[in-house]
Amino acid sequence: MNEILVLAEHRGGELRDVTFEMLGKAGALAGASGGAVTALLLGAGVRDMASRLTSYADEVLVVDHGNLTDFNSAVYQPVIAEVVKSREPSLVMVGHTAFGVDLAPSLAVALGLPLASDCIDVVLDGGAVSVTRQIYGGKVDARLSFRDSATALVTVRAAAFPVEDGARSGSVTELDTPVSDEPAFRRFVQYVEAAIGDVDITKSDVIIAVGRGIKEEENLALVEELAGLLGGVVGCSRPVVDAGWLPKDRQVGSSGKTVKPKLYVAIGISGQFQHMSGMKAAETIVAINKDPKAPIFSEADYGIVGDLFKIVPALKEKIAEARA
Amino acid sequence: MNIVVCVKQVPETAEADLKIAAGGKGIVEEGLALQINESDNYALEEALLITEEHDGDITIMTLGHESSEEVLRMSMAKGAGTAVRVADPAFDGGDAIATATALAAALKDVEYDLVLTGCMASDDGATQVGVALAELLDIPHATYVTEVEVGSGEVTVGRELEGGLIEKLTIKLPCVLGIQTGINEPRYASIMGIARASKREIELKSAGDMGLDASSVGAAGSGTVLEELTFPPVGEGADILEGTPSEASGKLADILKEKGFV
Ligand SMILES: Cc1cc2nc3c(=O)[nH]c(=O)nc-3n(C[C@@H](O)[C@H](O)[C@H](O)COP(=O)(O)OP(=O)(O)OC[C@H]3O[C@@H](n4cnc5c(N)ncnc54)[C@H](O)[C@@H]3O)c2cc1C
Ligand SMILES: Cc1cc2nc3c(=O)[nH]c(=O)nc-3n(C[C@H](O)[C@H](O)[C@H](O)COP(=O)(O)OP(=O)(O)OC[C@H]3O[C@@H](n4cnc5c(N)ncnc54)[C@H](O)[C@@H]3O)c2cc1C
Repeated sequence: MNEILVLAEHRGGELRDVTFEMLGKAGALAGASGGAVTALLLGAGVRDMASRLTSYADEVLVVDHGNLTDFNSAVYQPVIAEVVKSREPSLVMVGHTAFGVDLAPSLAVALGLPLASDCIDVVLDGGAVSVTRQIYGGKVDARLSFRDSATALVTVRAAAFPVEDGARSGSVTELDTPVSDEPAFRRFVQYVEAAIGDVDITKSDVIIAVGRGIKEEENLALVEELAGLLGGVVGCSRPVVDAGWLPKDRQVGSSGKTVKPKLYVAIGISGQFQHMSGMKAAETIVAINKDPKAPIFSEADYGIVGDLFKIVPALKEKIAEARA
Repeated sequence: MNIVVCVKQVPETAEADLKIAAGGKGIVEEGLALQINESDNYALEEALLITEEHDGDITIMTLGHESSEEVLRMSMAKGAGTAVRVADPAFDGGDAIATATALAAALKDVEYDLVLTGCMASDDGATQVGVALAELLDIPHATYVTEVEVGSGEVTVGRELEGGLIEKLTIKLPCVLGIQTGINEPRYASIMGIARASKREIELKSAGDMGLDASSVGAAGSGTVLEELTFPPVGEGADILEGTPSEASGKLADILKEKGFV
């Protein structure tokens, strides 16, 4: 039988969305191939989470142990390896998250499994797994297959699949897989929350966001003026923060803020998924970019293809005119 | 503190008009500017900062074709003492774990306390090589690292999780750290440094030199097989406002007014 094993991810006592996204996809794959969906949950005191997962999986495997409270790949990996070895699922799905990327490659090497990462689609054809992943910043899709291996390991991009209502009624199985103490070579110290700045961009109805296309710090004045005209705040992509041109609390994306303004104007931003995952829920998205193939245009409602240094000044004029 | 930094040369593609090559298994690389992968540049800078404070040598290492020696030379111009290019036709077409396998073999006769990689290559974006390398070397790792503080026999690092939450860990040396962008401010190489580096030697390591069986690396040693590249399906996409900058902006201003933003 085809078993699809999904590693449940949680943080701060909450199952994360990617878990349900993967379980939904696994359910569809299992339905088409006559397989079963199994969720693997590691943690401490996770009974409630386990029972919630039963609506999404045929079986929920639980390793409940005090040493599994905080995610530490050094402690988690051997436990997961043990379970995968004993069950030999045809597919193992792990989120392509800060948690998953720290774990999956080491799991793959330890078990000698093939690994395809950051997948946006997974196909099961007979017993054969193939995946689609994006390369070159989302400009090209690559389809990969797996050389014969009983088990294929994939990491799945967050929000690649929708969260659907769970319609299963699985059982919970407590496993007594041994769990080691946290090793001296890798110790968790603490979580540190991102610092809170003076502007909370998540509260603004209008965000004018700027990316690497702005080229120089001095040019930021251009977008600040536009933001002023529209009564909005300036946000940005990661490279602008990396360069020290704007503070971290202005960064939109997976490692920054998730925003849902009424209007999001992306200027000189290519639209890689780490950025788009933070803004695609905006009501109206406008993109200004000189590259007609920039991925941002696939998410935007309106686009202008061209040089931002010509368009933004012209736009400011036209807005002033429209207001008059 | 001896540090190995693994770097990859990648094409600049954010602004380029990409074409898929005949056969559908690669892109047309002609005409694309080649550069050091963004996060690898931060990894190199971190190594320079650490060795400036704690002494030690930097070995810069890449698996790549001859063109990638440019990246090694630029790294030597900034202060890396030794450069190694892992080079063999046998490595072609390898996936991330096959790449890590070759790098791990190349590290066998190098003395190091710390291995730094970038966290993700901007071209293939596997986000795998550093963590896989650590497992192959049987040493600890952390990736998405945005803070490194060197202690005695260990490092304290900050890993950046979703939403900007930082996970602090202490990790025993030697270890592999996958460095994330923004951790420091990468320097530029000096003209003098570049001139000096142009004459320096680059050590080449082939599969045979490292005692690697060709079937364990490259396409033959890869568990995944690249089938086909395609352009992403164009969904509904944006309504593109055409015209001169002034005309297009005029249309946008009208739309924004209609929606009540002006
Ligand atoms: C012709 C061709 C065929 C390919 N076939 C396949 C295939 O069949 N299956 C498949 O999965 N992939 C394939 N690839 C892509 C593959 O070669 C990737 O480059 C490899 O998977 C490494 O992953 P990555 O570059 O995304 O590295 P990541 O894991 O994203 O890189 C993380 C870090 O590791 C280090 N690193 C990565 N690569 C190197 C390097 N070469 N030298 C030194 N350090 C490095 C860098 O510090 C980097 O920041 C193919 C590529 C080509 C050109
Ligand atoms: C773990 C992880 C987390 C990340 N988290 C985030 C995150 O939270 N947020 C985030 O944004 N990124 C994040 N990133 C980085 C992300 O992968 C991309 O590198 C980044 O989003 C790219 O930013 P950009 O679009 O500004 O730059 P690029 O991709 O370099 O794009 C620049 C764009 O500007 C355009 N341009 C250039 N000049 C002009 C001009 N004169 N006129 C008009 N257009 C022009 C170009 O055509 C191009 O499309 C993360 C990466 C990793 C690995």
